[in-house]
Amino acid sequence: MEQSTVTAAGPTPAERFDQLIAAGEKIEPRDWMPEAYRRTMIRQIAQHAHSEVIGQQPEGNWITRAPSLRRKAILVAKVQDEAGHGLYLYSACETLGISRDELNDLLHQGRQKYSSIFNYPTLSWADVGAIGWLVDGAAIANQVALTRTSYGPYARAMVRVCKEESFHQRQGFEIMMTLARGSEAQREMAQDALNRWWWPSLAMLGPPDEQSTHTEQSMQWGIKVETNDEIRQKFVDQTVPQAQFLGLAVPDPALAWNEERGHWDFGEIDWDAFWEVVRGNGPCNRERLAHKVKAWEDGAWVREAALAHAAKQEGRGLAATA
Amino acid sequence: MSTSAALFTYLLRLGDDNLVLGQQLGALLSRMPELESDIAVANVCLDHLGQARNFLTYAAEVEGAGRDEDQLAMLRDERGFRNAVLMEQPNGDFAHTMARQLFVDAYQVPLYEGLSGSVDDRLAGIAEKAAKEARYHLRHSCTWVVRLGGGTEESHRRMQVAIDAMWPFTSDLFAADEVEAALVADGLAVDPVSIRPRFDTAVNGVLAQAGLRLPEDPYQRIGGRQGLHTELLGHLLPELQALYRANPGVEW
Repeated sequence: MEQSTVTAAGPTPAERFDQLIAAGEKIEPRDWMPEAYRRTMIRQIAQHAHSEVIGQQPEGNWITRAPSLRRKAILVAKVQDEAGHGLYLYSACETLGISRDELNDLLHQGRQKYSSIFNYPTLSWADVGAIGWLVDGAAIANQVALTRTSYGPYARAMVRVCKEESFHQRQGFEIMMTLARGSEAQREMAQDALNRWWWPSLAMLGPPDEQSTHTEQSMQWGIKVETNDEIRQKFVDQTVPQAQFLGLAVPDPALAWNEERGHWDFGEIDWDAFWEVVRGNGPCNRERLAHKVKAWEDGAWVREAALAHAAKQEGRGLAATA
Repeated sequence: MSTSAALFTYLLRLGDDNLVLGQQLGALLSRMPELESDIAVANVCLDHLGQARNFLTYAAEVEGAGRDEDQLAMLRDERGFRNAVLMEQPNGDFAHTMARQLFVDAYQVPLYEGLSGSVDDRLAGIAEKAAKEARYHLRHSCTWVVRLGGGTEESHRRMQVAIDAMWPFTSDLFAADEVEAALVADGLAVDPVSIRPRFDTAVNGVLAQAGLRLPEDPYQRIGGRQGLHTELLGHLLPELQALYRANPGVEW
């Protein structure tokens, strides 16, 4: 008797949520979800969106100085894709009941973060190649896993973003290959870029599993489907042979193939340095945020004008129909 | 002047217009009022860069001296550039960027539509694609000029300041010399003077709609087509060219 009562009432929203997660099905915007799940998703998608937007800056830094017209056009298209990803991800985030303006404010006030990797400077043309190869490579390793994340709009956004990111990564690798096979100065430029971007690229995949505050709950909710350390290992395993192919040295004396594990062993990441950057003391934290805030403030009068003009048009429309 | 020498110079003028403008627009990414505008400015920038590459590649082939688009873009100095002086005027605020773009677009639409009928098939093909892009650009810049002209008091003021600042560089777009004369007669090029009425109609139409006016001061600065530029180009080119010049003869 008791069982049939339950059947008539159906599962509670919380039970229904747990069932969807257990079945590996997607949570959609209209589904009930725990408040903490919603907050976690907002934090994660917003951080991802902010990263795309701030990520325009380090590469945008080389648009006017790209060494050929072909490279310049490719770079403009890439930076444009990043703005597009940002827009796409903000839309996904808005399905959770927060507006783009609110998210923008949270970024500007430093209350939401973006990936620490964009707080490093691009000091040579090879950095544009290294970002495509390493940073986009690490991002793809993370995002491929996220195509299976439990929140539907985010998972679908990742499918599209991943397609474009793999194109970016190939472009970055191609820049590195051209430099590695070029003049001595170009090879040095490429090696120097690898030296500077290698460790930050490993660190950007997040703190080690035992230190990651979000990992356990996020795994339970199907937000994360692989741990930071698992993704990092995948990234190292796929990238080391690429560095060897380029004839460049990975700046890690502890790097060694581990036959038993079937993986590359690698050295200890300097997590103190990583947390320093996360806390706002990386080489470019202040510039990146100031650049973003300045663009927003400089554009205030334009946005106001667009709204005022739209309101006037609407007023005219109403007057015409009256 | 031989036809091929005239065609080479004509293609440089077309290519340099787009190269210099594309270079300027490229500096705006991540600095626009909204993400949507970052995406839009990147689109317009990519179209101009694509046009620059098509015209300069063809110029290099016509010249037949073994140069390519990059050598033309990276190894000529100020005096060798043939862009109209409007293209090198600074981005300024969003209103200046849009005023410059409106004048460029209102010029390029009839120019490219005319060139689509060139007896030179290669040039006609490049122009046909470019005309589609220019029509889209013109819609975009007109929309913004009308919005800003009719938006707030401040946007109206800024838009008028920008129109006043860019207007004195527009006549350079139409300054024809023996290069055009040699090519127009053979049906290769468009006489810039012939497209001026369409430019004026488009500009006057959008300004009227936006509640803006052209400056009364008739002063116009010309000379870009002969390599007599404003001082601004001398600051833009080193940024464009430095890396290429610092590493001669390598691949990128």
